[in-house]
Amino acid sequence: MSKKIWFGLAISLLVAALLSPFASPLPDGLERVAEDHSFLQIAEGQEVISSPIPDYLIPGLQNEMLATALAGVVGVLTTYVGLTLLLKLLVKQGKTST
Amino acid sequence: MHIPDGFLDTKTWLSTAALGAMALGYSVSKTKQELNDRQIPQLGVMAAFIFAAQMVNFPVAGGTSGHLLGAALATILLGPWSASLVLTTVLIIQCLVFQDGGLTALGANVLNMAIIGTFVTQLAYRTLKGLSHSKWMDAVACFVASWLSVMVAAGAAAVELALSNRIPLDVGLPAMLGVHAFIGIGEGVITTAVVLTVLKVGFHPRWLRKGLAIDE
Repeated sequence: MSKKIWFGLAISLLVAALLSPFASPLPDGLERVAEDHSFLQIAEGQEVISSPIPDYLIPGLQNEMLATALAGVVGVLTTYVGLTLLLKLLVKQGKTST
Repeated sequence: MHIPDGFLDTKTWLSTAALGAMALGYSVSKTKQELNDRQIPQLGVMAAFIFAAQMVNFPVAGGTSGHLLGAALATILLGPWSASLVLTTVLIIQCLVFQDGGLTALGANVLNMAIIGTFVTQLAYRTLKGLSHSKWMDAVACFVASWLSVMVAAGAAAVELALSNRIPLDVGLPAMLGVHAFIGIGEGVITTAVVLTVLKVGFHPRWLRKGLAIDE
């Protein structure tokens, strides 16, 4: 892997680990609209699946900032590895032309 | 603007899932054609960065927050086909691992952000870049395309909510566009800063020069 790739991954990990614990807790655009127009509650308890790391917090950790930072690190690595593996399956090895 | 389970009715989530899957299938076949294996890590890093950046909500007007969507960033640096794949991967991981965006709404979220967001960017960015090749226009094109990508994706979400009888379009559309007009400014500022930085450090995707897919 080239230096630029390592650099990009390092930046992503730093953003996820160091900035995400300071993210704004305010509702996002869609949540705000749903709240203002009273349909936010219809999503309550409607989740079809239960996720291992709900709301970007590693379960069981008392320190919320640490739980968020770790969730961010897990997410960054999962995303990088997940997409890389998927593309390796899709793109033929050794294909160099565009 | 990740739509959770429960917001969309069955006909709407089924049809958006079908539309999203069809568009994505086409993107996958185009990506397979133009991508070579040396470029795979670039797409991985873009997805990882968008995931990280999406966690960092920034406050906007009126007790609301927003976060980078990333469709414009990925499209400008990677081209629309690869960008759709990158965004879809992020959305799937957010849905399955982090309970952000519902499984039934995944098709709608892919359609709004990974398909519509990338193609609006492509259209706006290339149109503006066609007007002038100046450095100044690089920044303007990045900003405007990013802002528009958020606005049109938000508009699409409003249409889906209206089809599901959650909020009438004449109320939901101005509400969604109103709040996302501010979030789009954040999108524009972050995207422009990252694109200009990436170009400055010497990553010059061929796509940016010729309108083709990435190739260093």
